[in-house]
Parts: sequence; C-alpha cells; structure tokens
Amino acid sequence: MLRFVLTRLGLVVPTFLGIILLTFTLIRLVPGDPVEVRVGERGISPERHAELLHEMGLDRPLYVQFFDYVGGVLQGDLGISVVTQRPVMDEFLTLFPATVELAIFAIIFAVAIGLPVGVIAAVKRGSVFDHTVMGASLTGYSMPIFWWGLLLILFFSVNLGWTPVAKRLSDDFFVDEVTGFMLIDTLLSEEQGSFLNALHHLILPTIVLGTVPLAVIARMTRSAMLEVLGEDYIRTARAKGLGIYRIVAVHALRNALIPVVTVIGLQVGTLMGGAILTETVFSWPGIGKWLLESIGRRDYPALQGGVLVIAALVMATNLAVDLLYGLLNPRIRHKR
Amino acid sequence: MKRQLLGAVAAAALAFGFANAALAKTLVYCSEGSPENFNPQINTTGTSFDTAYPVFNKLVEFIPGTTELQPGLAESWSVSDDGLVYTFNLRKGVKFHARGDFSPSRDFNADDVIATFNRMWKKDDAYHAVSGGAYDYFNDMGMPDLLASVEKAGDYTVKITLTKPEAPFIANLGMDFAIIHSKEYMDAMMKAGTPEKVDQEPIGTGPFIFASYKKDDRIIYNANVNYFRGKQPIDRLVFSITPDQATREARLEAGECDVIPYPNPANIEKLKANPDLQVLEQEGLNVGYLAMNVQKPPFDNVKVRQAINMAIDKASIVAAVYQGAGAPAKNPIPPTIWSYDDSIEAYPYDPEKAKAMLAEAGVTDLKTDLWYMPVQRPYNPDAKKMAELMQADLAKVGITAELKTFEWGEYRKRLQAGEHMMGMLGWTGDNGDPDNFMGVLLSCGSAREGGQNVAKWCNEDFTKLIDEAKATSDVAKRTELYKQAQAIFHADAPWVPIAHSVVHMPMSKKVKGYKVHPLGTHIFEGVDIEE
Repeated sequence: MLRFVLTRLGLVVPTFLGIILLTFTLIRLVPGDPVEVRVGERGISPERHAELLHEMGLDRPLYVQFFDYVGGVLQGDLGISVVTQRPVMDEFLTLFPATVELAIFAIIFAVAIGLPVGVIAAVKRGSVFDHTVMGASLTGYSMPIFWWGLLLILFFSVNLGWTPVAKRLSDDFFVDEVTGFMLIDTLLSEEQGSFLNALHHLILPTIVLGTVPLAVIARMTRSAMLEVLGEDYIRTARAKGLGIYRIVAVHALRNALIPVVTVIGLQVGTLMGGAILTETVFSWPGIGKWLLESIGRRDYPALQGGVLVIAALVMATNLAVDLLYGLLNPRIRHKR
Repeated sequence: MKRQLLGAVAAAALAFGFANAALAKTLVYCSEGSPENFNPQINTTGTSFDTAYPVFNKLVEFIPGTTELQPGLAESWSVSDDGLVYTFNLRKGVKFHARGDFSPSRDFNADDVIATFNRMWKKDDAYHAVSGGAYDYFNDMGMPDLLASVEKAGDYTVKITLTKPEAPFIANLGMDFAIIHSKEYMDAMMKAGTPEKVDQEPIGTGPFIFASYKKDDRIIYNANVNYFRGKQPIDRLVFSITPDQATREARLEAGECDVIPYPNPANIEKLKANPDLQVLEQEGLNVGYLAMNVQKPPFDNVKVRQAINMAIDKASIVAAVYQGAGAPAKNPIPPTIWSYDDSIEAYPYDPEKAKAMLAEAGVTDLKTDLWYMPVQRPYNPDAKKMAELMQADLAKVGITAELKTFEWGEYRKRLQAGEHMMGMLGWTGDNGDPDNFMGVLLSCGSAREGGQNVAKWCNEDFTKLIDEAKATSDVAKRTELYKQAQAIFHADAPWVPIAHSVVHMPMSKKVKGYKVHPLGTHIFEGVDIEE
C-alpha cells in the first residue's frame, strides 16, 4: 500500500511540469498577446507595443519565462493577472468556493439519483424502467449543456417564475462574505431568508451541471451491477433463497461500486475544472468562467495558474479515488 | 408581562429593520462583464469605465446623452488667445468620499488635479508604476506630447499649458481616463504600503460611493449624500455582472434586473413588445465604412468612387448584417456629434447609374480585392457577411471583388500600410469631437503609410479646413468649418460610409431619467426608479 502511494506521489512532479509546459506553450500559440488583444482601430506603434510587452516580461526568451514561472510556482507565487493586476492565487481563491459549492451539489445530485436508478435498472433489466433509464441517460449525456440550461431558465424561471434565473443570491440580499460558500455565509449573516434564497438559486445550476455526471453514473452503475449480478457467488446467494435487494445491498453493491467510484472520482475532477458552460449560463462567479475569459484576454498568468491549481486538485482527487479503490478492493491493496 | 414587552420590542426592531431595508431604493444594472479594476486611468474597456463612472468626476463632463461639455469639477475655464493656456477655476466645497478607515481632511482642490495628472504623465512619479503603469488612453490621445505643463495657480486654480493649440483638448478632459483622484487617499495608501488600493477600492467625488466588489459577481455603490450636484434619487446602485446575453435578457424579463446593456438585436422587437419594459435607442458614436485606396487605379478617379457609392445597397446591409440595429451612414461622423450636416444628400442606391458612370470613366471588367475584418467590431457585427453582400452588389455593376482577410492585428497593420484596393474598417469615437473622426481618419497627415487614413486620401482643401478647426476653440466657427469639410468629403467620396450601429438599452418601465450616452458609458447619475 505504501509503495503504491509513493509511486503515485512520485508521478506528481513530472505530471505538473508537463502540465505547466503544455499550458505555457498552448496559450502562446494562440495568435496575439495581452497588449495586442486590447488594441482597437487606432492600432499601436511598434515601440509602444514592445514597451508594454517588456513591462510584462513577455519579451524575454521563452525558456527564461518558463523557468522564471516554475521558480515562482515552487515558492507559491502564481504571478499577477495581466488584466486586473491582482495576484493570480487571490483571484483563484476568491472564485473557487463558488465552483466547489456547485460541484458538491451537482455530484450529490448525480450520485443520489444515479446510483439507485442504475441499481434498479440493472435489477429490472429489460423492463420499461430500464429502457427509460438508458434512453434518458443517453439524452442527458448528449444534450448541449447551454441549451439545456437556457431551456430550464426560460421554462421554470421566466415563464413559471418558480426559480431564479441566475447568480447565487438575489440582489435584495447583502450578505458578508466570510467563507465564500454562500450557504454557510447566509447562515452566518443576519439577513432573514437569505439561506433559503441561496438554496433556491442552487436548484437549476445543480440540475444542469449534474445532468452529465448523473447520466454517466447511472449507466456505469447499471453495467457494473449487471456484471456483478452475473457472477457465480450471486447465483449461489439467489440459490440460498435470499431476496434480490438484500443480495444487492449486502454483496453486489460493494463490488459493483469499484468501477463506479472511479467514475465518480473522474466526474469530480471534471467538475472541479470549473463548469464553464453552467457558470456562463447562470452567471455563476466561479473559476470556469474566469479561465475562459482569460483565454480571450490572453491573460497568461491567470490561465497558467488556474490550470495548474485545477490540475493539482484533479490529481489529488484521482489519488484519493485510487486509495479508496484499494480500500474497497482488497486484491489491489494486498498485491505484491 | 416581561415576555410581552420583549416580544413587542423584538417585533418593533424587526419591523424597523424591514422598514429600513425597504427604504433603500435600489437599482440593479446587469452589466456584461467584470472590470479590470476601478481606475479608468489604467483601464481600456468600456466595461471597466462603466464601473468607475459612478464614483468619480472630471474637470469637464459630457452632458449625459450628448457630446457637449458641461462644467464638472471645474466651474469655469478660459483659453488664452493663442490657444495654448487653459485656466480652470475649480469648484469649491466638493467633498471626497469617506469609507472605512479613510476620511478626507479637506475639500477637493488643485492639489488633487496635479497629483492625478502627474501619476499618468511623470515616469518618476511614485504612483506611475502602480498596478502595471499602462495609461493607454492618456497616451493614445497624444497627451504626453500635447502637455507642456500642469500647474497650480492657486488653491482652486489649475493652469494647463499645451505645446500647440488643439481645441479637442478640452473634450479629452471629458473622457473617462481624466477622472480626478484624491491626493490624500493616494498618499494614505502609499504610506500604508497598499497603493494598489487606490485602483481596487476607489475614492472619488462622484454621485455614488464604492461599497464593495465581489469578483465576477456584484459591485455595490451607495448614494453620496454630499454630492455637489445633490444626492441621487436612488440610494443604492448594484451592478450584477451577467456576461451571457441570453441570461441577461431572461433576468430582465423575470424582474431580476432593472437595466441591461447589449441585447441580442434579434430580440429587440420581442423586448419592445413586453408591456413591463421599455427599449431606448440611439446611434452609437461610430461609423463603419468601405475605404477605397485612392492611390490605386481606378480608385484614383473620383467618378469611379462616386459610382461605387451608388452601387452598394446600404439598406439591405443594415437589415441583414445589423438586423435593424444600425442606421445607414452618409457622413464620416455619426449624427450624435455636433456639426453633423444632415442636409447632405446621401448617394442613392442606383446600380444602373453606377454602371453608366463606370462605363463613362472607361472602367470595364474591373477586378479588385475587398478586405473585411475577421472579428466583430462595435460598428460592424459581421464584416464577412457584409463583404459578401457588397461582393454581390459590385458584381451587379460588372466589378469582380475578391474577398480577403487577415488576423485582426495583421489586418489593421496592412490596411494602414495601404496594401488593399478596397478595405472595410470603422471607428468608434473617443471624445465626441469631430476632429476625433475627421482629423484622425481623413487628414493628409494620417494618409502616410502606417497612418489611420486607410483610403490614403489627401485632399488639401479638406485638410486645411480640419487643421483650422482644430486650432480654434470657437465652437460656432468650428461647426461651420466641419460642415464645409463634410461637403468636400461627400463630393470626393474616398469612402462608402456604410452605417452607424444603433445602441439599444432595454430596461424596466419603472426606470426614469436614463439617457443613452453617445460615448457608450452607461450612466446612472440622475436616474430614478419607481417603487
């Protein structure tokens, strides 16, 4: 187990360097630069352009910029955002809780519905329920998120008025930011009704962001469960006369969960990446939207820093998933 | 008994709390993006300028909804006879905002003006390098070359001396970058080791006091009860940042926003039909045009250029490309700029006449290029589509046009170098002064290689009028000169002026007093909302 963990940790450093290098190169391959992108019809004199690039340190040879950046990262300095002139880490930390809060709700939504639905679909294989689940999950998986989000907004928020359109809290409320997690901050504040208002605002974005993970988890659970239900020891349990749901709960689920946990872990990683489309549709002030805008503005430090932190989180999540995997499956744990 | 009393007190407190909340009249503006920061001196986007506007004043200011100037922090000003010395008499009794730990110890005076200018101008100023040190607009408007000195001539008098007479200078001072900072605040923040706070948590003299900014989410301002033009009708202004266009419209319809910018042109009719909403509109301070390179035959022939003007179907372009959010153009300046001559008759759309004129000029089987922008611009939402329509129009009169484009930076450079025969471009005004269009885009000086006159058109009479108009501050005289200049432009036709985009501002019917501002800033001074 220890060797397993150490091997995985050992891969972290080269992975990081690879990610920095990739982001570094890719963003610079996009034509234009942070100065160029702000210039309008007037254009800019080559001298002024060079002067501004020099002030940003972007005229140094690429390898110098790269090693300088890596050096900074090792000291915890992710640089200064070209657009706002504020430290990238500060920008990230301001926006991150919003993404995390939404991601947590989305994954709970996806698991709470996807897991039972997948199990039941497997148990009732071939039934109307099963076919509905398969069809619905395929639709959910293939739908354009943007369209889905706008559809829900137009129907539930604008037409019916049942849910808010966008954002985390109504503009009638003025809640102090303590943790960045709206549900906690509203509870801490004295504003009456703000907690419920925050929950209300979470409904549609959770559904939209959770749709794809829900579809994936449902299908994965179903196929994993089907495979397990076909095993000999399950047949033995059935022969012993045990009820199917008892078998599922006691024997099958633990084994079926193994691939499902991996999938859930991967989904969390994706969600941590900042649900760009969901955040855009719902004007949810998270890191996804921020990163997308950074590309357009050629905000190199913001993009590099943001991607790096997200990569770190994804790697951490995957490591946790692998460890959990080992916990669930003794065979992995005790492999020599 | 005690419990009853406590209950009554609690109820009263609650009621008082609710009553207080209800008393704060709030207007919610759903803006289209996040600001870079809150100092227009170092900003480059309209989005950023909008967020700083409520907080600051300038020496002179545009009357909202027009391109005319009114006194701001300068009560009055005079220009010396040689046009070089501007003397500003500053308003007395103007108070800077107090917030948190900062409280001004004195009223606004000349020291604040000097400190503000020095930051942008003097490279050795302590504040020059703060927050990146890029004063784009100050530089782009040519201020470093134009300013000879900015001096204090008394506690409430500032004297600015120019290196050469330039009437548009006063309009430059009405631009966003020319807002006035508090020297005391700048000094306090420098002393505290946090000079960047001047740019992140602004202090100004304006109608609203900056309260807080939650990144990418919301900006909150409270009304300044000491504002020199009087306290605003609304108590609280909220910018609720909503970058997605469809979401913005949905929020307006659901009542979450009171005012929104930049609606989808395709939805304007639907918004207008909504009984709870009103849609204000005005031509933007811009012009989109097709420039003909007069250095390349046959575009050196004025008859050919006039013929082309008659061959392009502007009405169809406005309908198809601008989806109605545009107005056909006939002059190089938009109608919202003073001295716009509406009496000039636009060239009619007459392909037959165009063909005849071309034949008369001996032009047969003309092959030309037609350059279009690869990006959306404020004056042109879809240059490619426009180019295709023009290509078809030109084909009808026997001209074969080959469409060409480059990446935006490259495109601009090549157009300014004069590589094209026909090229599309446009311009958005900076300061509402006619020279900002005609001088910048059409004078002989800017026809040089690399200059903004992409038609490379040098008309001595036109340039003489422009230069004369630039050197005098007499508005009536300038108006007359610019009118003559427009007539020459029309006759010589170096461009086909296509359209001015129209700005639409959808808002709740409860909003009163909002004016669409030609310079594009979204202004909330003087705006009220019915409860």
